[in-house]
Amino acid sequence: MAETLRPETTAQILDAVKWAMAEETPLEVVGGASKRGYGRPVEAAHTLDLSACAGITSYEPSELYLSCRAGTTMAEIATAIADADQMLAFEPPDLGPLFGGVAGSGTLAGAVACNLSGPRRVMAGAARDHVLGFNAVSGRGEEFKSGGTVVKNVTGFDLSKLMAGSFGTLAVMTDITVKTLPRPEKVRTVLARWPADGVYDPAAMKAMAAALGSAHEVTAAAYLPANVASHSAVDYIRASGGAVTAIRVDGPGPSAEHRASELTTLMARFCHETEVLHSQNSQTFWREVGDVQYFASEQERPIWCLSVAPSDGAAVALDIHESIYGEIFYDWGGGLVWLALPPSDDAGAEIVRAVVDRFGGHATLVRAAADIRACVPVFHPQPAALADVTRRVKEGFDPHAILNPGRMLPAI
Amino acid sequence: MDMPKPDESVIARRREIVIAMREIVSGEGVIDDLDALKTYDCDGLMAYRQPPMIVVLPENTEQVSRVLRYCSEHGVKIVPRGAGTGLSGGALPLADAVTIGLARLNRILDIDYENRAVVAQPGVTNLAITQAVEQEGFYYAPDPSSQIACSIGGNVAENSGGVHCLKYGLTTNNVLGVEMVLMNGEIVRLGGKHLDAGGYDLLGVLTGSEGLLGVFTEVTVRILRKPECARALLVGFPSVAAGGACVANVIGAGIIPGGMEMMDKPAIHATEDFVHAGYPMDVEALLIVELDGPLVEVEHLIGRVEAIARDTGATYVRMSESEEERLAFWSGRKNAFPAIGRVSPDYICMDGTIPRKELANVLARMQDLARQHNLGVANVFHAGDGNLHPLILFDANEPGELERAEQFGADILRLCVEVGGVLTGEHGVGVEKRDLMGEMFTEDDMKQQQRVKCAFDPEHLLNPGKVYPTLHRCAELGRLHVHHGQMPFPDIPRF
Repeated sequence: MAETLRPETTAQILDAVKWAMAEETPLEVVGGASKRGYGRPVEAAHTLDLSACAGITSYEPSELYLSCRAGTTMAEIATAIADADQMLAFEPPDLGPLFGGVAGSGTLAGAVACNLSGPRRVMAGAARDHVLGFNAVSGRGEEFKSGGTVVKNVTGFDLSKLMAGSFGTLAVMTDITVKTLPRPEKVRTVLARWPADGVYDPAAMKAMAAALGSAHEVTAAAYLPANVASHSAVDYIRASGGAVTAIRVDGPGPSAEHRASELTTLMARFCHETEVLHSQNSQTFWREVGDVQYFASEQERPIWCLSVAPSDGAAVALDIHESIYGEIFYDWGGGLVWLALPPSDDAGAEIVRAVVDRFGGHATLVRAAADIRACVPVFHPQPAALADVTRRVKEGFDPHAILNPGRMLPAI
Repeated sequence: MDMPKPDESVIARRREIVIAMREIVSGEGVIDDLDALKTYDCDGLMAYRQPPMIVVLPENTEQVSRVLRYCSEHGVKIVPRGAGTGLSGGALPLADAVTIGLARLNRILDIDYENRAVVAQPGVTNLAITQAVEQEGFYYAPDPSSQIACSIGGNVAENSGGVHCLKYGLTTNNVLGVEMVLMNGEIVRLGGKHLDAGGYDLLGVLTGSEGLLGVFTEVTVRILRKPECARALLVGFPSVAAGGACVANVIGAGIIPGGMEMMDKPAIHATEDFVHAGYPMDVEALLIVELDGPLVEVEHLIGRVEAIARDTGATYVRMSESEEERLAFWSGRKNAFPAIGRVSPDYICMDGTIPRKELANVLARMQDLARQHNLGVANVFHAGDGNLHPLILFDANEPGELERAEQFGADILRLCVEVGGVLTGEHGVGVEKRDLMGEMFTEDDMKQQQRVKCAFDPEHLLNPGKVYPTLHRCAELGRLHVHHGQMPFPDIPRF
């Protein structure tokens, strides 16, 4: 009978894994289960639910880190650090609604396991860059740790990087320490409005590159074609009637204003219509972009996320559009292409992957029906030599494939 | 320091291996002359020396691949070497190994301003990357003190830091991709000009792997636009505790400076005597705080930092009024190691990291240790991120002093771990801190790390004897004890 185990302590997690090893029965490891649809369907009879292993264990703002049990919700962390005017600089998105669930149920272990990152990725890095250390139970039924609580640390292999983006297939994290950083005093978003309503405007892409290459420490750069912009909750963007480029800057009051004004001048070289969003609207808008809210509706549509060189983003999208028409928008200065396609047997994989392979980069099938995810590779296929290393890394941590088997690849 | 026992059967095949290497790399790219090999007998950690069996200096990726494939097929160990500036003995040769030097792979292959990326061969120096892009106003952020000489391949292998890590990250946060050769000779690429990889973050674990997992043959890094301006503040305190409190208060106020460095009194005096940077001589601790960004931000923040400094008891505050003055402030800090070299016949540079709040406590206890070991110590450190560089002063000509200095160093690192810090912040474990790994990690922790090694190099041919105190055979590490069907159902809440 399928059981859901809900351990409250590390010792109980260890017991659960040892039992699963002895019974040779795999476990599906979940935090808040908000991104269960991300990855291949897991072939496991039982569930190991980490949501009761929760709570912040250490947080001293001036030390710039927070340690907590792995199942602590992102909402709890966000509240605690906001009280100290701090943030998680990788701007973790809440993908719950994208997968048809509710907002606010994701955990830190989930965000790390999926290596999530939001619009700030371009300057601040992804979850991988912000995990300072962790404790875990491997698929061998052993407790181990890596890293610590300090940023400057090169002691031994950096296993935190491996845990980030491993979708729970290597070990069950029990405790995690992440970097926290001061939250900027002010945020400004410089918008440029384009008449074109197609997939992209070449000048818009150049404008993003110019902004990111400027000295203004741009913290996000996105481009929304008109059809996507029309879904925004921010009035100016929704009513723009065209495509919109958005560039975010922040910092202490005087510098955020200065940067916004310099960037407005820079944008004016490419586009006549500019506007500046202040903190509240900025926050609403970048949440929409990071959480991919524009694609949360029509759950049957497959969603792709393509990571490419920023200068290739538009060309990649255009090439895909020649074969399949879908909705598109760009984050990370054009380097992240979000794509919502009409439903089809392979979710458009053959076309999407062929185009991405031609340019370089990788394409992830973030959302699709379970039967499609079971047969279409969710993660970009690796060359043979890397696939071998991947398989051996998995064997090193979880030789009997007890943890989330099949989540990333068949048997991994 | 015990290194793995050399394999006499490999040394006996030396001539044969030299011939094989010459078939791959022509002319002076294979060094087997015993005198010439001595040039390669150490890296920046000069206390340990061992001439390599052979040095090979390939000129391209294909040659690297063929060298590794040959060595893999013939059971010959490999020690990768960049510029040889590493401070932990990561490139210390082995008597039965081929040292593979990447210095001749020294070209910048692509400068891409639109994608803000530079693709370089591993032998390109750290500084050369910045120099290649600075005419367009860009730079490469990580800046280890050895940046004029150290290579980007070595930086990736060691996950090098520098004074700007606090704001701009370490090497690992600035590398976008690599081309590398696995021990079996296979050439693989990870990442590129795009961000993140699908699948396990192998690039992340390779960065800082100290030459144990593969040999880098190409590196893609991100470049940043230079800040509009930078100003520095020189602040003196009557006690180290006050200096430490100031560091915590600046960060607590939400300010992340571009750099925040501290020196204690012995370091201040040694550097001032050497470079005459204009440092105050009557303070116990000196902070250099650099703010960078647009002028309005720098002006705004430097005023706030000054106020915080005065509130925490600063007795000396000076702001840089010109670029020359800012550089003068830094000249002392950047010359701290050679300055110490002038006042002491020898010194060892340690590299632990501690939580910022422990600065004053650790420095006080370090003074106790100095008295115990009867040796002097000067401290320079990246105060912003708690990375200490205690310089232990000794005279190698005095019998027993080197050993005492090493014991003192080990005690300092144990202290770092005890207060919640780590053994090494940016210099790496190498051979220097190898035997201290057990202070920080359990046997299970280290075994799990070594299983990653086994995934890349199952025969332990790449840089063996470094980082991990005990070499476990991969077959032994892979063994699994399973109680088939004998574990009771766990007593855990279930639904």
